[in-house]
Amino acid sequence: MNLQFVVDGLLTGSMIGLGAIGVTLTYSILRFANFAHGDFMAWGTYATLAVVGAIGAMVGKVAPIGALSFGWPLIVALIVGCVLTGLMALALDAVLFSRLRSRGQSIIVVMASFGASMALRSLLEFIFTSRPAYFSRAIQIAMPVGFGIRVTPDQIALLVLTAVLVAATHLMMTRTRTGRSMQAVSQNPALARVVGIDVARVVRATWLLGGALACVAGVMVGILVQIRPLMGFDMLLPMFAAAILGGIGSVPGAVLGGLIIGLAEAAAVQFVGAEWRAAVSFVILMAVLLVRPIGLFGVKER
Amino acid sequence: MIDLIGYGAFFLINALIFALITLGLNLQWGLTGLFNVGVAGFVAIGAYVSALLTTPDDPARFGGFDLPILIGWAVAMAASSLAAAVTGFATLRLRSDYLAITTFGVAVVVQLVALNAQSLTGGAFGIGFIPRPFAGLAENPLAFNLSNLAVVAAVTLVAWLALEHLSRSPWGRVLKALREDERAAVSLGKSARFYRIQAFAVGGALMGLAGAVQAHFIGFIAPDNYAPMLTFQIWVMLIVGGSGSNLGAVVGAVLVWAIWAGSGAATAAFFPPEQQARAASLQIVAIGVMLCLILLFRPSGLFGDRPFRRRLGLKARKPLETP
Amino acid sequence: MSGPVLQVRDLVAGYEPGVPIVRGASIRVERGEIVVVLGPNGAGKSSFIKAIAGLVPVSGGQVLLEGQDITAVPAHRMVGMGLAFVPQTENIFPLMSVEDNLRTAGDILEPKEAARRIARMYDTFPDLKAFRRTGAGNLSGGQRQMLAVARALIVEPKLLVLDEPSAGLSPKFVAMVFSMLSDIRKAGLTILLVEQNARAALAIGDRAYVLVEGKDAHEGVASDLWSDPVVAELYLGQRPQPPKGGAA
Repeated sequence: MNLQFVVDGLLTGSMIGLGAIGVTLTYSILRFANFAHGDFMAWGTYATLAVVGAIGAMVGKVAPIGALSFGWPLIVALIVGCVLTGLMALALDAVLFSRLRSRGQSIIVVMASFGASMALRSLLEFIFTSRPAYFSRAIQIAMPVGFGIRVTPDQIALLVLTAVLVAATHLMMTRTRTGRSMQAVSQNPALARVVGIDVARVVRATWLLGGALACVAGVMVGILVQIRPLMGFDMLLPMFAAAILGGIGSVPGAVLGGLIIGLAEAAAVQFVGAEWRAAVSFVILMAVLLVRPIGLFGVKER
Repeated sequence: MIDLIGYGAFFLINALIFALITLGLNLQWGLTGLFNVGVAGFVAIGAYVSALLTTPDDPARFGGFDLPILIGWAVAMAASSLAAAVTGFATLRLRSDYLAITTFGVAVVVQLVALNAQSLTGGAFGIGFIPRPFAGLAENPLAFNLSNLAVVAAVTLVAWLALEHLSRSPWGRVLKALREDERAAVSLGKSARFYRIQAFAVGGALMGLAGAVQAHFIGFIAPDNYAPMLTFQIWVMLIVGGSGSNLGAVVGAVLVWAIWAGSGAATAAFFPPEQQARAASLQIVAIGVMLCLILLFRPSGLFGDRPFRRRLGLKARKPLETP
Repeated sequence: MSGPVLQVRDLVAGYEPGVPIVRGASIRVERGEIVVVLGPNGAGKSSFIKAIAGLVPVSGGQVLLEGQDITAVPAHRMVGMGLAFVPQTENIFPLMSVEDNLRTAGDILEPKEAARRIARMYDTFPDLKAFRRTGAGNLSGGQRQMLAVARALIVEPKLLVLDEPSAGLSPKFVAMVFSMLSDIRKAGLTILLVEQNARAALAIGDRAYVLVEGKDAHEGVASDLWSDPVVAELYLGQRPQPPKGGAA
């Protein structure tokens, strides 16, 4: 058996997992399933692409770093893209979600996110058309690393980036004041206010963090696959499934859920064919809902 | 003049098929408070089941069985309602968001099957030669459209009357009570869940029926017809009309379809061919923004019953409030 | 500074506009006192105390904390102004460790100062120290109440406000919680609490108010209220048993 699928699965899993962190935080802190999260990914990727283009126009062609397919402009653009995506999420919350939230109807907020998702995605199609775009056309040589597995330098860099971001997010959630406040609001918003936590500040932190990680996940898809307006929407089901599999509210759970789904997808491609890939998350989602709806690291709702 | 009547009939047939789906969604959402983001999936199941049963034998795929159209419709309803019941069974003991996510997944998978299970669904090319009611009249488009309109209108009317009756029955009152307090609905346990599954299944049956009716009117189906776009359109129709009201569901469907078809015709007339795909995406943006604006400023739509009351129970799981 | 620690004048409050639950209640809490708010079920006691803490929308009246107007200040800023509130139930974060629960309160302080006060809290409540790494959800009812009070004390408030601290506790824990409150008062803190368990509350309270239909209907010295026929009538619809002996 070819073990190459392990690398593919880990990569797909990283993208899903990074996206699922945002889904799980929005779900546990703001208490709604955000159907627009996939479109944050796509918008972040296009924003990054646009900044790369702008940098290219200003300083000309930049040589890639080492064996990677991209140079410093992409790294700078990614940081700018993360900020922009976070701000976009904040803006959407200000004009839409927060107003509906204050009426106390959680499912209306879900519906609004569905409408917003449709509008955001179509707006991307309008601006950039549905033709795929790429960060780089360069073809990378995959290096053999043993066990019949080959990886490209980009893939290694992105796996390392994922590991660093996940560790940083986890530390932030457990060791910092903001992280503790986020946990507090997700466990009991009324008590959080009594304790002196500014819930509005926590909401802002949640959107910024979720948006930034969605942008990173999107750019990973962009580097390894391609950039399309639908790229985020197509990731929505795997991200939801990962968040639920990991247990709503759990950052490590979302990442582990993402990796499991990524590996399962890659294995499924080997056994039943690539066209059924999207069904894998659904099967896992249904299994979790029937067997253990609180997920791997979840706790029973109060 | 004749052309105009013919087009009017054609327009109304399409609008009423949407109305039928919207009525199903109104039973699920408006009356019962169940959030279905996979409407297109349940419509597709009905369309494909009926097509498989009624098309002439095709060596390239499973079936068809050349059965009468009415049998196709009946089995389509049964199949979609079964799919809805299973979905409901898996998720209705959980929070409403889980149902939303799961139905979304159902639609994704149904589309995947339609696209890839070539030997069952004909793959990307879909299924053709679906028998059309009054096919003998096809020589005369006006007569064909009018007679089909009569059938679709009759089906919609029967569905409406049945739903009106149901919503006033004790069954409907239980559903409304459960809708008002999700927490009570969950804590009431099995019986409450069973009521909600029933409502979800009946709504699914209507969606399946609408899918079948549409397939037989057009005579041809393909996976693209059942994209998430369809779900979105139906939601806009229900919200514009006003959720909770069957009249609103029908009026909303006709109105939004008129806007949709009208703006589609306008983009076709005013944009050069190579720009039309882009213009079409702008049309979707406009409808998406419209949905959000209605939710913000007129959540009860045109004819909606009272908007959901805010639940005051301290423990009711509300969305996060930011002061 | 002289004058009462808390002065509430004609407070009107309720969750929905036009439907007040608290209809013009006034109380006063002097420095170093334990003041108890009693009342029959549904009298609005809990809403009254939550309105003071900024958790129920206020539509009329005034709340002064050491002369400073804190009416309708958002709940999360109350702690900073010197008013610490302990809710009736669900007053800890069950999925956080005991230490993290205490830290959430310390977050409004300098980190060093917070650490110092948390350490002091462990001296006061050795039970909590033993469980500092334990998930707070594993604590017993009495320990939870202890943690909730400890967390409120970390900010060294001018006034500690408690909503039914005895709710859901077994008699043994009720005694423990009230003796803990009594000790805290001896250390100089001012306390306002709402109680259903009138016997236990009046035993440690200095003064008490009886709230009926959202208004303060009666006020008196705690020990006297037991034998007060008006209170018996208002509060229980019958005469309560006096604490020890005495005339019925």
